[in-house]
Amino acid sequence: MASRASGPAPEQDEALLLDRMRSGDEAAFAEFVRRHGGRLLAVARRMLRSEEDANDAVQDAFLSAFRALPEFAGDSRLSTWLHRIAVNACLMKLRTRRRKPEGPIDELLPTFHEDGHATNPAVAWREDAEAMLGRERTRSLVREAIDRLPEGHRTILVLRDVEELDTEETAKLLGLSTSAVKTRLHRARQALRTLLDPHFREDDR
Amino acid sequence: MSRPLMSCREFSEFLDRYVEGELGDVERLEFERHLAACPACVAYLESYRRTTRLARALGASDALPGVPDELVAAVLASRRNA
Ligand SMILES: [Zn+2]
Repeated sequence: MASRASGPAPEQDEALLLDRMRSGDEAAFAEFVRRHGGRLLAVARRMLRSEEDANDAVQDAFLSAFRALPEFAGDSRLSTWLHRIAVNACLMKLRTRRRKPEGPIDELLPTFHEDGHATNPAVAWREDAEAMLGRERTRSLVREAIDRLPEGHRTILVLRDVEELDTEETAKLLGLSTSAVKTRLHRARQALRTLLDPHFREDDR
Repeated sequence: MSRPLMSCREFSEFLDRYVEGELGDVERLEFERHLAACPACVAYLESYRRTTRLARALGASDALPGVPDELVAAVLASRRNA
């Protein structure tokens, strides 16, 4: 159903919808999924590599949200609350899915000579790397590079840099110490930099 | 004898703490002393920062996908069966 321009304010509207859901109104659940499904699907597609897994995770996320609805106090923003639930559902999916053996990250990290100098000294990146992100080709290039990271490092990079969770929250979700999260994030960023470097380096025009 | 310059290996190893502003004044100055003398690490630092920015931009600029009717139907069905 299209919303009317003269309808209630968005927060009021949201509260009304939640009330209808709490009273078991089926149409309200459908409306809720239509309203928030796009954002949850976007999160799941970023976190999981297969469309099937992403769809499953979104379904799981909505079911968890429905179950937790009575406890949703409304003091955190609904979108933030749902984002967290979706991230959790994706992590569950990652845990239960058969994993391919974790590749080593070492070969993607910078290497150094005995004297501490880099074996491949870095070269500046072209000015327009970020602007290039407007192009679909560049976006899929970054996405594919992230997907090439070993799973454990990939998950941390996606949570911290793509989904922008903070270190504490990431550590809690993954059952790691904050220092372990920091170390892995640093390695993951270095590895991602290595993978992007050939595409963005200045001398590669 | 003054402390030798930190090596590029050390620079790379602790770079994240420099970027996140977690270093004390003395360590930060050592990083900056290294940067002033080493163009390769300047380039590395810059591309490291931009790597993070590219990953962030990927999340922020994603177009919102439409919600397929099948997904709505599947969620409602599994809710009824839950
Ligand atoms: Zn250096």
